[in-house]
Amino acid sequence: MTIATVISAASGGEGFAPPGPADFHLPPLFGEVTKPMVLVVLAAILVFAFTYLAARPAAVVPGRLQFAGEYVYGFVRNGIARESIGSEHFMKFVPYLFSLFLFIAVNNYFGLIPFIQYPTMSHFGFPLGLALLTWVLYIGVGIGKHGFLGYLKHVTIPTGVKGPVLVIIMPLEFLSNILVRPATLSLRLFANMFAGHLLLMLFAFGGEYLLFESTSLINGVAGVLSFVMFGAVTVLELLIMFLQAYVFTLLTATYLGESLADEH
Amino acid sequence: MEGSLNMLGYGLATIGPAVAVGLIFAAYINGVARQPEAQSRLQPIAILGFALAEALAIIGIALAFVI
Repeated sequence: MTIATVISAASGGEGFAPPGPADFHLPPLFGEVTKPMVLVVLAAILVFAFTYLAARPAAVVPGRLQFAGEYVYGFVRNGIARESIGSEHFMKFVPYLFSLFLFIAVNNYFGLIPFIQYPTMSHFGFPLGLALLTWVLYIGVGIGKHGFLGYLKHVTIPTGVKGPVLVIIMPLEFLSNILVRPATLSLRLFANMFAGHLLLMLFAFGGEYLLFESTSLINGVAGVLSFVMFGAVTVLELLIMFLQAYVFTLLTATYLGESLADEH
Repeated sequence: MEGSLNMLGYGLATIGPAVAVGLIFAAYINGVARQPEAQSRLQPIAILGFALAEALAIIGIALAFVI
């Protein structure tokens, strides 16, 4: 669809139209349902099917699928949850962190799978929903542990700070811990997926335009280079997509760990 | 092209976070080179610092599109 608009714009003599944010707004598939809505449901089904099939045999000597499932689970449990929350409380948050990690990773990798090629998280609503879920969870955990006023004190007053400087510190800490955290958490995931997909589109469309819409030899060479860059950026995206799922889960675990921390 | 000045400004704004991310990973690599067994301790800290420094660039991209 988007390639068609670029080609039609090019053949109309208007030159190359670079891909922009408008290319992320695909027409609805049917009714009010759009592609990212379908993908988010597909991701939930995929994650459920993977974990169910991996966990069902529960063999002492794991098969391939069970090994993969246990590897991811162990990575999230030992590498993220236990490191950040502490060995005392971490077990009850592992299910949330594990599903969060898998769900975000699958949704991100939709950006590279052929015929899907659309990272769900490049629409701001989806990471915002996940970030708000984390926000409610870590504030709820903090209030449950310290009480409402106790948690407010825990959040706004860093340990060891006394005197009139608190007038400046308290609003700043409140702002950064309560208001900015969900915004940066969701924006980070959104912006990375959005920018990465835009970059891929730019090299793909640009290479296609340079190779097929132009007759000069230099443009042809530049088009080939553009496709080489497309491949390189794809490999970079493979890394970034994993890293963003990891960072989101790690930050969630860190916030939970901070809510649960005792006063020193 | 529309909004190219915005994007130019955003490009300049990313210099700061880029330097910060570079410094963080330089320190991480230094730490691991000096004490390889500390890698598992240092890695989450490095990724966390990277994420926090990157937040500035992300706020920048949001503002570049909004303003």
